[in-house]
Amino acid sequence: MKPEPSTAAPKRARRRQANRVSIAVYALLTLVALVSVFPLYWMFVVATTDSATATTLPPTITPGGNFLHLAELVFTIVPFVQSLLNSLIVATTIAVGQAVLCALAGFAFAKLSFPGRNTLFLIVVLTMTVPAQLAVVPQYLIMSELNWVDSLQAVIVPGLVSAFGIFWMRQHIGSTIDDELMHAARVDGATTWQIFWRIAFPLVRPAAYVLGLFTFVYAWNDFLWPFIVLKSPENYTVQIAIKALQQNRDIDLGLAMSGSFLATIPLLVLFVFVGRRLVQGIMEGAFKG
Amino acid sequence: MLGPAPIPPDVRRPGRNRRIKQGVREFLAPYAYISPFFVLFLIFGLFPLLFTFYISLFDWDPIGEHRFVGLDNFAELLHDPRFWGALRNTFSIWVMSTVPQLLLALGLAHLLNHARLRLAALFRMSVLVPYVTSVAATTIVFAQMFDRDYGMINWFLGLLGFEHIDFTASLWGSHVMIATMIAWRWTGYNTLLYLAALQAVPRELYEAAAADGANGWRQFLHISIPSLRPIIAFTVVTSTIGGLQVFTEPLLANPVGGLTCGAARQCQTVTLYLYEQSFGQFHFGYGAAVGVALFVIVVAFSGINYLLVTRVRSERP
Repeated sequence: MKPEPSTAAPKRARRRQANRVSIAVYALLTLVALVSVFPLYWMFVVATTDSATATTLPPTITPGGNFLHLAELVFTIVPFVQSLLNSLIVATTIAVGQAVLCALAGFAFAKLSFPGRNTLFLIVVLTMTVPAQLAVVPQYLIMSELNWVDSLQAVIVPGLVSAFGIFWMRQHIGSTIDDELMHAARVDGATTWQIFWRIAFPLVRPAAYVLGLFTFVYAWNDFLWPFIVLKSPENYTVQIAIKALQQNRDIDLGLAMSGSFLATIPLLVLFVFVGRRLVQGIMEGAFKG
Repeated sequence: MLGPAPIPPDVRRPGRNRRIKQGVREFLAPYAYISPFFVLFLIFGLFPLLFTFYISLFDWDPIGEHRFVGLDNFAELLHDPRFWGALRNTFSIWVMSTVPQLLLALGLAHLLNHARLRLAALFRMSVLVPYVTSVAATTIVFAQMFDRDYGMINWFLGLLGFEHIDFTASLWGSHVMIATMIAWRWTGYNTLLYLAALQAVPRELYEAAAADGANGWRQFLHISIPSLRPIIAFTVVTSTIGGLQVFTEPLLANPVGGLTCGAARQCQTVTLYLYEQSFGQFHFGYGAAVGVALFVIVVAFSGINYLLVTRVRSERP
């Protein structure tokens, strides 16, 4: 670097120097990225080889050509297509339900005034701290009273709306929707529903979209409750189907891995398309409460 | 419905009735909009919770009789070595997964927040990949990587001259394995939460510190950590709630062990024990008592952790 005669310049240069990202940082971040992605790659490798190669040392780390054969087995041993479809139905319904119902409730809490509003909102927020998953026994009894055991609605209905989603949508609606706009619509004779559906919801669609994405991933990965309440293979979600495949683990590891990989593909495809939005969503605070 | 008798339709003023109806509807609209949450929460959240307390006082057979036994289930729980073992396993796995996970996330967030970092978006995306990987799949892959004979980790240990470790069969080994699965899945997610909070910190603060000769480590300690305290409190509490309820990982990590997670119950968590008692043995009353105990522990620990984290904040302004 060329030395400068003035006093300000070296300082600026030093500042730039001190603030440069070192090679070590890049090396570390690359290592972290590799550790993040490697198990997925490894899943793919084992999913494409037979168990003989999966159990050799040193481990083979290049994919084999056995994937189609294993995938075929996966589809014949458990009703895997049905499981994928079930997961898709469950996750999509819950995601759409959350996006709309939470936006609706968030809209009421952010923009409508009604007796008891603040108390009710406080109750909503407080419910976030209650670990309701521990009450699985009565939840199961309720489902059997409703005759919902071993049906998809037992998984779908309880997840349709969440305290976190309401909180999230209220924040966004509160800061996005202009009071004057609402007032103008009222003067024009719009009902509350029309204001929500025609004005408020379209304006906060990005936030609802992010909420829907997160809910989708969350519902897709949910395990404990579907495991308890879904009994017959044709009602399995994909996570439960993997568990069923795993019973064969000692027979064929490649099989369990193929199933796992097939179950992960839809989420990965989703991630490729919406990953940036997902990252953005977390960065804005779209965390599950 | 109670109240005054319905107004007979007024032929001379046809709009009036409709206006009243409209007014009532507008008044009720907000309640209708928030009602789905309250209805679902009452049916599938609050009621089951209260009912768990109720069932825990019974010897409750799902198809047979329900015999009131008072606090007997809890008395039995106190002397049940399987419960205490499950509790120990849960805490051990929770500490081993949460502490390294959050520390690593803090460091990573600080590095990713660097103004001059190239490929920042790519690095951010890559740390989120574990979060979108199917949870059952993750568990099976890690169980294979930790395998005693052919696992990659033991192969590597062997290269370094160590003996193979039977991770699934040993107490600490299985805890390390399960904690690794959990940490792998959640570190990137927590990193992005921290990163979000760091983005709110003015860049000039870092620039000025760098100009004054503060290295990355000092910037991390004196700028990043202090500004992250509220979000650290949040993640500590959510990790407590989630970590004390761990279920999927221990269930799938040890396919031979099943609900007990190994012959010696070496990695059976409290939730797994709850499930075993309720749906494996059909001791609904006893299972509910396990649920109540875990509920109290989760609430108490979340509270304690929250107080600890906020106390640290007030002691070091």
